[in-house]
Amino acid sequence: MSKVASALGGARYDGFAHVREIGPLGMISLRAKPDVTGLAEAVTAVTGCPLPAQRRVELAGGNVAGWMSPDEYLLIVPYDGVKAALATLAEKLAGQHHLAVDVSDARAVFRIEGDKAAEVLMKLAPVDHATLEPGELRRSRAAQVAAAFWQQDGGYTLVCFRSVAGYVMGLLRHSAQSGAELF
Amino acid sequence: MLILECPYCGVKAEETELAPGGEAHLKRFGPGSPDEDFEAYMFARKNPKGVHFERWRHAYGCGKWFLAARCTATLEVFGTYPAQTTEPPADIVAKIMAKRPDWKGYK
Amino acid sequence: MSTRLAKGGRLIDRAAPQDFTFNGKRLRGFKGDTLAAALLANDQMLVGRSFKYHRPRGIVASGAEEPNALVNMGEGGRFEPNQRTTTTELFDGLTCTSQNHFPSLEFDIGVLNNYAARFLPAGFYYKTFIHPRAAWKHVFEPIIRQSAGLGKVPKDRDADRYEQAYAFCDLLITGGGIAGLQAALTAGKAGKRVWLMEQTAHWGGRAPVDGVEIDGTPAEAWVKNAVQALEAMENVTMRLRCMAAGSYDHGYVLADEKVADHTPGDGRPRHRLWRIRAGQIIAATGAIERPLSFAGNDIPGVMLAAAMRDYLVNWAVAPGDRTVVVTNNDDAYRTAIALKEAGLEVPVILDARATVTGDLPAKARALGIRVEAGKAIAKVKGGKRVTSVAICAQAGQGAVLEEIACDAVAMSGGWSPVVHLWSHCGGKLNWDAAQAHFAPDPARPPLNHDGSALVVTAGAASGVLLAGDVLANATAAAGGDVAPVASGPVEAAMEPVWVMPQGATIDLRMKMWLDYQNDVKVSDVQLAAREGYSSVEHTKRYTTLGMATDQGKLSNINGLAVLADSLSSPIPQVGTTTFRPPYTPVTFGALAGEARGDIFQPLRQTPIHAWHEAHNAYFEPVGLWRRPYCYPRPGETHEQAVHREVVNTRTNVGLLDASTLGKIIVKGPDAGKFLDMLYTNVMSNLGIGKCRYGLMCSEQGFLSDDGVVARIDEDTWLCHTTSGGADRIHAWMEDWLQCEWWDWQVYTANVTEQFAQIAVVGPNARKVLEKLGGMDVSKEALPFMQWADGEMGGFRVRAYRISFSGELSYEIAVPASEGRAFWDALVTAGAEFGMMPYGTEGLHVLRAEKGFIMIGDETDGTVIPQDLNLGWAISKKKADYLGKRGQERPFLASPDRWKLVGLETLDGSVIPDGSIAPAPGTNANGQRNTQGRVTSTYYSPTLKRGIAMGLVKGGLSRVGETIEMTRLDGSTLQVKIVDPVFYDKEGEKQNV
Repeated sequence: MSKVASALGGARYDGFAHVREIGPLGMISLRAKPDVTGLAEAVTAVTGCPLPAQRRVELAGGNVAGWMSPDEYLLIVPYDGVKAALATLAEKLAGQHHLAVDVSDARAVFRIEGDKAAEVLMKLAPVDHATLEPGELRRSRAAQVAAAFWQQDGGYTLVCFRSVAGYVMGLLRHSAQSGAELF
Repeated sequence: MLILECPYCGVKAEETELAPGGEAHLKRFGPGSPDEDFEAYMFARKNPKGVHFERWRHAYGCGKWFLAARCTATLEVFGTYPAQTTEPPADIVAKIMAKRPDWKGYK
Repeated sequence: MSTRLAKGGRLIDRAAPQDFTFNGKRLRGFKGDTLAAALLANDQMLVGRSFKYHRPRGIVASGAEEPNALVNMGEGGRFEPNQRTTTTELFDGLTCTSQNHFPSLEFDIGVLNNYAARFLPAGFYYKTFIHPRAAWKHVFEPIIRQSAGLGKVPKDRDADRYEQAYAFCDLLITGGGIAGLQAALTAGKAGKRVWLMEQTAHWGGRAPVDGVEIDGTPAEAWVKNAVQALEAMENVTMRLRCMAAGSYDHGYVLADEKVADHTPGDGRPRHRLWRIRAGQIIAATGAIERPLSFAGNDIPGVMLAAAMRDYLVNWAVAPGDRTVVVTNNDDAYRTAIALKEAGLEVPVILDARATVTGDLPAKARALGIRVEAGKAIAKVKGGKRVTSVAICAQAGQGAVLEEIACDAVAMSGGWSPVVHLWSHCGGKLNWDAAQAHFAPDPARPPLNHDGSALVVTAGAASGVLLAGDVLANATAAAGGDVAPVASGPVEAAMEPVWVMPQGATIDLRMKMWLDYQNDVKVSDVQLAAREGYSSVEHTKRYTTLGMATDQGKLSNINGLAVLADSLSSPIPQVGTTTFRPPYTPVTFGALAGEARGDIFQPLRQTPIHAWHEAHNAYFEPVGLWRRPYCYPRPGETHEQAVHREVVNTRTNVGLLDASTLGKIIVKGPDAGKFLDMLYTNVMSNLGIGKCRYGLMCSEQGFLSDDGVVARIDEDTWLCHTTSGGADRIHAWMEDWLQCEWWDWQVYTANVTEQFAQIAVVGPNARKVLEKLGGMDVSKEALPFMQWADGEMGGFRVRAYRISFSGELSYEIAVPASEGRAFWDALVTAGAEFGMMPYGTEGLHVLRAEKGFIMIGDETDGTVIPQDLNLGWAISKKKADYLGKRGQERPFLASPDRWKLVGLETLDGSVIPDGSIAPAPGTNANGQRNTQGRVTSTYYSPTLKRGIAMGLVKGGLSRVGETIEMTRLDGSTLQVKIVDPVFYDKEGEKQNV
């Protein structure tokens, strides 16, 4: 048995949409202002993605670079690749004021898939999906906890804090039950 | 249930995504400051029926603090702007003046 | 009697019979019926008893305004009281029972109140239950509680599920009558994102019932076409069975969708609460017909005229064979005409107006119906059913001219616009004297975030009642200019009638019901006015007018008109009561949504939670975390378990899941400067690899949080916070960095959940870690108050030599994903050293034995560090830190402040929680003076006696004194003031 365990061990639920916990993924919280010299190169070097603009999320293979705030980015790489990624960032951003920290284990990640996957999120987050553009990363709340989500591979990827993974899985399960389609 | 646009991420955030932070544009008084100044900084809060400047944090969003100018009676919002602002921006003041000619200014 | 007609019924499907039971009686209706229609079709006119007098009550209305016909619906997990039969769709297998009677609906003993009605006037409770004072608690209240409340409380857990959903639109239109449909067509064609909702199961509202023609086609056909056209628009979302409950700031609207009330158990959520953000709201909510106030207007068989027409046209139900119509307007003639045309008898139409002209009365007369102008009902006769009406002149005192046998009465007192959504968020009303109703004042609408009108009304809700006007008004409301043309008869003006007859005697006024559900009569409001209640809001509360579950939909205007008359004030001067959400009651399930059971609230779990559960942990809440309080073994009490865990930690080794501890990274060229502002002591000079305990204060100087700070590298620190404080302190840091010192180069990251942190505590701690193998954890390699990264048993770890127990102690952090595996490895390695897990209560006892303070126990937001003898952790050198100016305030330097001491009883017993130390004399409020209180108190299994910490005036200067303390029950005990460090005062045990 591997000693590395995701929050829910890959829990799944199939209703009108399909929900599964994935991960753990390698995640880095990178805090830096966008005008930091070499920032875009550093992000690309680590993720293969361009530096995301305001509210955007860039995808490259399984890697992700998301805009979290004017001075914060979320980088997703393979779980085993975090140490190397942090080293690359440290090297590329040496001498520049920044903070890159491993948050891989502080998060839980879910996939919500199916034609009506958006309807699951419409029940949990006060977000207008009609104005949510493809490639937009939305930080909001899922019922009572913080969450961020974006469209990816025909479904949604949702990230929340690890300690509330069970709660969020409960929310997703409740919201995805067959017969509870919104439209 | 207010909606305020976060000036940092551009999201029109509803109140449940926000955390309130009380009156804006307070000046901090530290060690050695006169009692009156410290009292004003700590305790003297405006509670107007009308134009008010407030601190809000986009707590469930980008996490940034911003400032909002709004009318506490009608809930009309005159604008939001970054927290790194020491006094209300001129364009917002002009907008308030146009809509509330009797307004005496933020001080 | 009330029956189903052989033909007609636009909403029923006669090929689909539906069986249901009422009070156990098996009855049959049709698909499309409301429960009320089906009850009437089975001659079940008597459906309930009134709240106060237990009078027999029948169905009055056909919609959301129904005050009487409330039933207990369903059984077991689907039981719900106070369900309106008029808005309940019939389904096969429905069961319901009537409410508010004992022993049965037909024979109710509570009706005795009716005979005592003369002695139960408005304000009866306030007047009667005052003396003797003690009687309220012991006599009156228990009796009132027994008889209070409508319906029964559900006993079983709700079998259904509920959910909420967010929706956004440019325009929300509430009400699916012709006004709402026309507004939606107009806005939909203009390309707006429109939501259209209707509270019933059908589009079209009243127009098809009233026989309106629109653009030359019957309303029914026009509605069908409109619905089809709207369904074809992608930008229009339509919802039936969806009631807009309330409108709020900035276009927020709550709407309750009854998804599966009519199909229980089909697997769908029962209700869905929509949380809608609308750019603008059009309230096309129609109007509600008002009753007339005549004696006996509550006897079963007396109905609103339009409701009777609804039952006839929509469901082919005739509430009576002989119906007397009484009115002050032309609209009620439609009911008389419809009844006559259906082959039913209408012996007379009593019109309170002195002269009756207009197309509809002419048509009634042409059909051979007797029309009596200037006439009124003196009294309705009957008990559980109308038997006749006594006729009088409207102008007189009620002298009976004639008595006419009948089994039903259709009444109409005019129409009131449904202005709730307009008024909820501040829209103002005007009194329309011609139509005798309050209508929205377009010049004073509720305002949106940009100062524009948030709500506009359309159709009857605006106060326009004729179909042509309704469509024109709705078109304009939605920004259109070409409205369909509706044709209909010309209607003459109505005349307000507030009491019938005008000069009714007190005997009659005592039988005129205003509020059917709360049993408020004309005489009650008049009495309130005589007793000095001139404000409509006060009168409402004194008489309970409009305070029942129907919120006065039928009674408010009639009641305030009677009040205005009694006060000789104009109606607009008296005004209305406040309209508050919800429009009709919303079930708690919908308001709770998904938040029940396991997901009632987000309980935070550490990566080791499952192990705790498997090992019988008793959990306690710490913020939203659930932490093990102790791990009771079979046969052990919690107290015994805590004692065992403490003793074992002091003698062998204990294991604590400390993952909840807050961990915040602070990094940047200005990080040291920033931490020096945040903490009361100096953090910038902390050596790399070292740890230091620090205190954080609010700007007032009061202690806010504490924890150990570790210097990671040249510009990085890691700040530990309390378990409950991580998010708060992180937000506090960001607040200062973003709003005050935004030019400082500092970044923070809350990494609390990145790590599982496990404390290995006790004399054998080092042996356990050495058994696990890996990094050197000797005293020399890892001294007290230092940390080191390394590898331990194959895990990547960061080990801190810090102690909250006074024992040799390591706190070891591993990535959360490896937390459970690392804990398991420790449990295995520790077995031979007597290792046991301990919980938060053990942690508390261990720290109290050492005199360590706990944020939230020793602090309460009014305590400065100096009060807790923590002056050593306050830098004297720093020019500034958060709280320093606050602490300069003279009163905080007073020698009289309560300061931390240890406390112990003379006999070794435990001081009860909450004990206080009284002092001689009384304060300005006449309360006993106090000089201290207990903040933490435990039995120390190490010392085998009670120990406590407390805040006492004068603090440590009084060590050795014995003072008296008072338990919560008032008894006293003698307590000795001692040093707060009870165990290992020199600190030898932790530094080995």
